[in-house]
Amino acid sequence: MAVSPQLSLISPTDEAMSVSQFNAAVKRMVQGQIPALWLRGEVVGLKPHPKGHWYFSLRDGEAQVRCAMWRTYTQRAGKPPKDGTEVFVLARADFYEAKGEFQLSITRMLPTAGVGAAQRELERVREALQRDGLFDPARKRRLPELACTIAVVTSLAGAALHDITTVVKKRWPCCRLLVIDARVQGEGAVEALVAALRLVNRLTGVDLCIVGRGGGAREDLAAFNAEAVCRALAAVRVPTISAVGHETDISLTDLVADYRAPTPSAAAEAAVADRLEVRRQLDDLAARLAGGLGGRTRLAAERLGRTADRLHAAVEDTVRRERTRLERLAAQLDALSPLRILDRGYAVPVGPEGHVLKRRDDFPPGAPFTLRVADGTVPARVEPAP
Amino acid sequence: MTIADDLARLEEIVRKLEADDVELDAALKLFEEGVARLRSARDQLGSAELKVQQVLEQAGDLRVTDLDG
Repeated sequence: MAVSPQLSLISPTDEAMSVSQFNAAVKRMVQGQIPALWLRGEVVGLKPHPKGHWYFSLRDGEAQVRCAMWRTYTQRAGKPPKDGTEVFVLARADFYEAKGEFQLSITRMLPTAGVGAAQRELERVREALQRDGLFDPARKRRLPELACTIAVVTSLAGAALHDITTVVKKRWPCCRLLVIDARVQGEGAVEALVAALRLVNRLTGVDLCIVGRGGGAREDLAAFNAEAVCRALAAVRVPTISAVGHETDISLTDLVADYRAPTPSAAAEAAVADRLEVRRQLDDLAARLAGGLGGRTRLAAERLGRTADRLHAAVEDTVRRERTRLERLAAQLDALSPLRILDRGYAVPVGPEGHVLKRRDDFPPGAPFTLRVADGTVPARVEPAP
Repeated sequence: MTIADDLARLEEIVRKLEADDVELDAALKLFEEGVARLRSARDQLGSAELKVQQVLEQAGDLRVTDLDG
């Protein structure tokens, strides 16, 4: 129900709203009109509720506003800040109906000093890695064309593994994923990632390593900017792909890895070939294999034919054996679908008795014969002698 | 033998066969191997089901267990 100025003009007995109706209407207005935004201010009067929620005010020199931060969000924010701490908060305007109070609902809180320190640390690590050549394009290794065993360093509890598995299953199921579980955020994440990356080097037969996680708040991606993690990634012996968060997030591991994927799904796409493409490649190789041997055997058969004419009958046995082998292989050649020579536009002339006509003598003027083509036969006749 | 090995070897065989300087006997052997590699690669491509496993370290030893793909 919208609050309208006309309310005052109509009869109070019929039309008066209850306080709860009014507050509910105000709450809808407040929530609908102001988008979530970042505010900067000082925390005052923070009272942690036994259930884990925080209530406090945010103020600057001239104004203040009531804030509530629910337990789901306070858990990630760490310890409650002391009075007077300057913070950034991600806030959504809200209205507390029971008390008729305007307040902000806070989903994230970062001490401004911490943000500054994190930024300085990021710059320090970036410079150190740059100095040691870890971002050098010349260091980048090519990803294998057909990865069969892929190490995946991520959290078993996260969404990244599911995304990677889904893509790999669709594109390249003849593959093995070796998952190394590691915390990817919060306390212990750096140590866990370093240990997992070191473990990759102890696995045998791994073609490629993907390290990453799904999207999250910027501070949740912090472990992927840690110097130790970057150096451990650089020390991985197989080509590496880094896939951290969403497309817009860039972490230092992205710069160190041989390939940066915008998301875990994209990492999987880059990591494996498409099964259909490889199948086409195999068909092509089959055709070339058949063609390659075809050329060789034709040459050899001609030579054998000439030899047979000249040599003694004793040699003919050997020739016959070779011919049998050639014929057997020719049958195998025929079984390879690309060798169906008729499909390529050749035709075979066949005489009335069903034998193949191969020499000029097989075509006396005026003689009827049949042409066998890809999809059947065509009756034909040799031109009469002029 | 992985499909990558099969494909690499097939490429090599085809290149050798396409060059004319291979003896017939060697060519036949190459062809026979090529057919076998082709079959192996096609089998792997056709029948494969993605295997997802977890690597765990226990007291310094590595252990691999299946995960639900």
